[in-house]
Amino acid sequence: MCASVKYSSRGPALIPRMKTKHRIYYITLFSVVLLGLIATGMFQFWPHSIESSPEWTLDRRSVHDAPLVKLPVSSPIPERGDLSCRMHTCFDVYRCGYNPKNRIKVYIYPLQRFVDEVGVPISSTGLSREYNDLLSAISDSDFYTDDVTRACLFVPSIDVLNQNSLRIRETAQALAMLPRWDKGMNHLLFNMLPGGPPDYNTALDVPRDRALLAGGGFSTWTYRQGYDVSIPVYSPLSAEVDLPEKQPGPRRYFILSSQTAIHREYRTELERLKEENGEALLLLDKCSNLSQGMASARKRCYKGQVYDYPQILQESSFCVVLRGARLGQATLSDVLQAGCVPVIMADSYILPFSEVLDWKRASVVIPEEKLPEMYTILKSIPHRQVEEMQRQARWFWEAYFRSMKAIGLTTLQIINDRIYPYAARTYEEWNNPPVVKWSSVSNPLFLPLIPPRSPGFTAVVLTYDRVESLFRVITEISKVPSLAKLLVVWNNQNKSPPEESLWPKIAVPLRVVRTKENKLSNRFFPFDEIETEAVLAIDDDIIMLTSDELQFGYEVWREFPDRLVGYPGRLHLWDHEMGKWKYESEWTNEVSMVLTGAAFYHKYFNYLYTYKMPGDIKNWVDAHMNCEDIAMNFLVANITGKAPIKVTPRKKFKCPECTAIDGLSLDQTHMVERSECINKFASVFGTMPLKVVEHRADPVLYKDDFPEKLKSFPNIGSL
Amino acid sequence: MQAKKRYLISLLTGASLVLLLYFGGVPGPAPATSRHERARGGGGGGRRSGQPWPHASEPFQPFSPGDETDTEEYNAHVSPRQKREVHASVYRGKRCRMDSCFDFSLCRRNGFKVYVYPQQKGEKISESYQSILAAIEGSRFYTSDPSQACLFVLSLDTLDRDQLSPHYVHNLKSKVQSLPLWNDGRNHLVFNLYSGTWPDYTEDLGFDIGQAMLAKASVSTENFRPGFDVSIPLFPKEHPRSGGERGHLRANSIPPFRKYMLVFKGKRYLTGIGSDTRNALYHVHNAEDVVLLTTCKHGKDWQKHKDARCDKDNAEYDKYDYREMLHNSTFCLVPRGRRLGSFRFLEALQIPSTVRSIHQDKILALRQQTQFLWEAYFSSVEKIVLTTLEIIQDRVLQHTARSSLMWNSHPGGLFTLPQYSSYLGDFPFYYAGLGIKPYPKFTAVIHAVTPLVSQSQPILKLLVAVAKSQYCAQIIVLWNCDKPLPAKHRWPATSVPVIVIEGENKVMSSRFQPYESIITDAVLSLDEDTVLSTTEVDFAFTVWQSFPERIVGYPARSHFWDSNKERWGYTSKWTNDYSMVLTGAAIYHRYYHYLYTHFLPSSLKNMVDQLANCEDILMNFLVSAVTKLPPIKVTQKKQYKETMMGQSSRASRWADPDHFAQRQTCMNKFASWFGGMPLVHSQMRLDPVLFKDQVSILRKKYREIERL
Repeated sequence: MCASVKYSSRGPALIPRMKTKHRIYYITLFSVVLLGLIATGMFQFWPHSIESSPEWTLDRRSVHDAPLVKLPVSSPIPERGDLSCRMHTCFDVYRCGYNPKNRIKVYIYPLQRFVDEVGVPISSTGLSREYNDLLSAISDSDFYTDDVTRACLFVPSIDVLNQNSLRIRETAQALAMLPRWDKGMNHLLFNMLPGGPPDYNTALDVPRDRALLAGGGFSTWTYRQGYDVSIPVYSPLSAEVDLPEKQPGPRRYFILSSQTAIHREYRTELERLKEENGEALLLLDKCSNLSQGMASARKRCYKGQVYDYPQILQESSFCVVLRGARLGQATLSDVLQAGCVPVIMADSYILPFSEVLDWKRASVVIPEEKLPEMYTILKSIPHRQVEEMQRQARWFWEAYFRSMKAIGLTTLQIINDRIYPYAARTYEEWNNPPVVKWSSVSNPLFLPLIPPRSPGFTAVVLTYDRVESLFRVITEISKVPSLAKLLVVWNNQNKSPPEESLWPKIAVPLRVVRTKENKLSNRFFPFDEIETEAVLAIDDDIIMLTSDELQFGYEVWREFPDRLVGYPGRLHLWDHEMGKWKYESEWTNEVSMVLTGAAFYHKYFNYLYTYKMPGDIKNWVDAHMNCEDIAMNFLVANITGKAPIKVTPRKKFKCPECTAIDGLSLDQTHMVERSECINKFASVFGTMPLKVVEHRADPVLYKDDFPEKLKSFPNIGSL
Repeated sequence: MQAKKRYLISLLTGASLVLLLYFGGVPGPAPATSRHERARGGGGGGRRSGQPWPHASEPFQPFSPGDETDTEEYNAHVSPRQKREVHASVYRGKRCRMDSCFDFSLCRRNGFKVYVYPQQKGEKISESYQSILAAIEGSRFYTSDPSQACLFVLSLDTLDRDQLSPHYVHNLKSKVQSLPLWNDGRNHLVFNLYSGTWPDYTEDLGFDIGQAMLAKASVSTENFRPGFDVSIPLFPKEHPRSGGERGHLRANSIPPFRKYMLVFKGKRYLTGIGSDTRNALYHVHNAEDVVLLTTCKHGKDWQKHKDARCDKDNAEYDKYDYREMLHNSTFCLVPRGRRLGSFRFLEALQIPSTVRSIHQDKILALRQQTQFLWEAYFSSVEKIVLTTLEIIQDRVLQHTARSSLMWNSHPGGLFTLPQYSSYLGDFPFYYAGLGIKPYPKFTAVIHAVTPLVSQSQPILKLLVAVAKSQYCAQIIVLWNCDKPLPAKHRWPATSVPVIVIEGENKVMSSRFQPYESIITDAVLSLDEDTVLSTTEVDFAFTVWQSFPERIVGYPARSHFWDSNKERWGYTSKWTNDYSMVLTGAAIYHRYYHYLYTHFLPSSLKNMVDQLANCEDILMNFLVSAVTKLPPIKVTQKKQYKETMMGQSSRASRWADPDHFAQRQTCMNKFASWFGGMPLVHSQMRLDPVLFKDQVSILRKKYREIERL
């Protein structure tokens, strides 16, 4: 497209100077080409729908003309579902095989119209809108395969969502006729309204051999745990009504009951609750005298007053979801959509997707018997929790209830998780709403653990060519009792490190690694040579730290192995005038970063820095030769949610030998750049992860009136 | 010129043509594949169906959602109450669920109380079962009155139901039936580790458990009644009764791989149930990083079934040391044995090797999680039993039950009591996970034991100093003095509310009661004679906000192991480390008040009350047992300690020569209840960032702390 625009603008400028004959010829030729280009461009870059439209119409015809299949009376009937079925008895997981993507392949049978011997269809509705949506969603998903030989899960195109519309026996016969049926092995049926009068069984009554059932009204007696999948009853209002998310918080009503077919025993009890608690409760029912033409499903009434449904649900903190003839209720979906906390009263009901969803965070389940105590029970729930539940309820709807697509793909994902358990989605992935995912942290070193002292730490010194200063640093650090190894990262490609004989003789192993490029990031590379958990990153000009200070730093790191524990502290500040972040290195009462010119941290963070640093931060640091420490502070604070620990009093961190030009952090422009870094990183992280604290760590007896020789770390803070 | 232009234009058009051909002829990547696939499908090649799922847009009928009309008909002739009763009568035995086989009404009156039948004379009880009963009797759920109970536990040993076992209890059926309270097992909990015997190892217990719940090791999904039975780990008879070893993971080494990738060492059964799995292991064994060893030596007559591989396998088996393997492997295989459950499960949990995974990050997380699970739920019989009871309690409480997050993250379900709150944000452990912060104010609780006689008493100074803190929400004075409450006007006027609560029993433990009036997350606990400045209070509170799950405070103490006396020692000397912070001046989360009052057994609390001592030690034990971390000491003005220990009004308490000895005794008593020493040492103290730095005092925020 771009190309064609460019040509068309250049074209007219040349054309007027040509002869008419030629002009016409060229204009025609050019226009043809241009039009062609535009057309192809449109065709190329337009979304799929147009491209696939010819097939679509073709397919639409095929729905009408789906082959008619006549079921002989004697056609075999599957056995009733076996209650003892489990994934390892009734499902052939090996058919799914090992698969590098850890994803099951799902096949959908082509549409057929089953009729009995006299030509009566097996279902009064045929393919429903919802089942069509569901199958379309599956066929558009990554799960889908049209290759029946590669499939490990088969979905019949026989719609059994609503048992009421089915002829049980004939539907069962039709299932058994499916070419790959094989006693229902690896077949998945979707049913939302099970049972029928008078008993309303809680699982689909159609005999189905070993087929898996994704059912919308399971009770604990019919649900085969770990085999069946409990799904919601879809509410068509999800698609019809757009309810924008409402901020969590107190609502006009405390409890709302909106169902129209509540048993009179329950309605009596609800009314009694209403009498006791008045305005806090709103009990809605059908509207008896609505004028013609108004959709009664969208209206509710209380004493002649008409309310819009489901909008009214947004006006209440809690919404009652009582069982009806069936356990599963479409109301649940409406209630969740409205961000109202469902109060579910349906004994023995298996909540939708309860295999993966933590309903305790989004709903209140109360035994039917305890309906009279509902008000007291709900009142005892802390406000903050109610808000959290409102948010959670809405998120469950958005992620798992809002469409047939969401319901279908969630079901497949659950089955997928069972077949590839080691690649399954985590609890957090299933349950944490985006807002929590954003503001919360998941600390990779979450076990409260104080590592033993004995492995010690590995000091990693980054150096370019300041050999004399480097040697002094090495000599100083080598005095620290817990030093296990010294690693010099030689960042100068033009110059070789000094001969082995010239290096200081120290008691621990000393290794020199030469780097390929002079990059600051090299100091954070997870070298195999680092065999300890603890790493001391130290610049080649930091010679003023005493052995006591370093050893104490290591001891503090052991108490906080998931944090950066360092010496010079720094702060970020919000500059109100400029409206951006500012870097501060003055004497402040607060700390939010420690410089990695001298800091202890876990080797895991080297790995994170090198391989998981978000955005282009790593390259940015290497290009500017600055801010690698700020980046590290961002990284650690972002993943752990914790502030660094500054240890021991402030010292002049200026090496006597180094000139202002030589020592990086003294340069003035360099400081300006560091403010920029903070702003840059905050925008890449999408947040300001740094945490400000007002404390630093000192030895217990620091500056105490106590004999110095009895102190573990007497030499702290000396200049 | 003209020709030039013409060339130029024809060149341009030519180029455009080429572009056109390029775009038109080579389809874009995304549609290409789908079209390609469909074409293949349409070709009807081989076994393909030939018809992908159509994306039809025609107006289908809705599936008719909701069941309002159905329900109306249904409601006309079914009463929900009757329906519930029908359920309860139909679903029995193997179909038992809480709704049908458990009487919730028993729990309603007195809460979740557990009764253990008295032990009958002449009945042998195995060591393991004794541990189970002891754990229940020592728990806060225990009641000796059956009329109070909502759950009943047999004193008959049902752990080993293998007829060939020496621990097998005979005639259990008739013994159980003759129990007057048995009531067909309703609200009973039956523990079992072994069931069935050679050769088929059924899960039959050899007696009818009726409607009783089963807490069983090795239960298969076929027999497990979801939401009713509890699956417990198989534990050996040497398993510690309480406390238990910590997990062996001491370091999170990176990269997380160990010498071996996967190991197993165990018997091979040669024939019969469970033999398939183990007989197949040799296929995977490579003697390098996958070491799966089996021995044929099993039972007396193993030689009879001996196969061609036995000699070789047995030789290989003897080459490796089991413990060395477990400690040096990334993963441990837990294959089924004769029964489904295996000791290896416990062993594998303790030694941090997990069952199977791929990514390094995942290994790191799984490994830590095994340690958390081990320490929280498996490391002692007591933990296994309490976990079982808590799971059942969660079912009974239902709407206040713990969420999965509480069960699966540190410190685990045993330390998060749902009666306190069902909201995660009310506990100190989940702030970071929820992305929230604790409430930024504190409630001071001052423990007053001496009458108010003069206006110069330390408590009044303390009140004023604390009230001035910008973070102080309110002050509670707990009046535990025998003298009547002083008149209201005797208290100084403060900008924050002062609530005086008269202690009911005037006992020491009452200072840790979860008073309703504590509305903040943080509690500042104070002795009446504590000397603190506003600055010190402010600083301690800012520190606490970073460590809301720990005790943050001023005077610190330490413990040590006295190897001569073989017991724990207590010291108040100035030391280079500490493991306790006295609660005479400390900030901690209010949840610990709840835990202290409702989690700790009355035996320990009574001891504290009788001695009027050690309450602070007990609190430190509790918090460290929960967090597995030391408390945090913040810096203080130095004369403070002397005042604290010296001429104060409560001198009697500290000057008492018994006082110190008592504290020593307390420590050892507490350690034995906790099943180990939960206290952890720390070598650091937190000071204000510029504390004693060579910079103008005017720059410093917390100046008072440095002034003498």
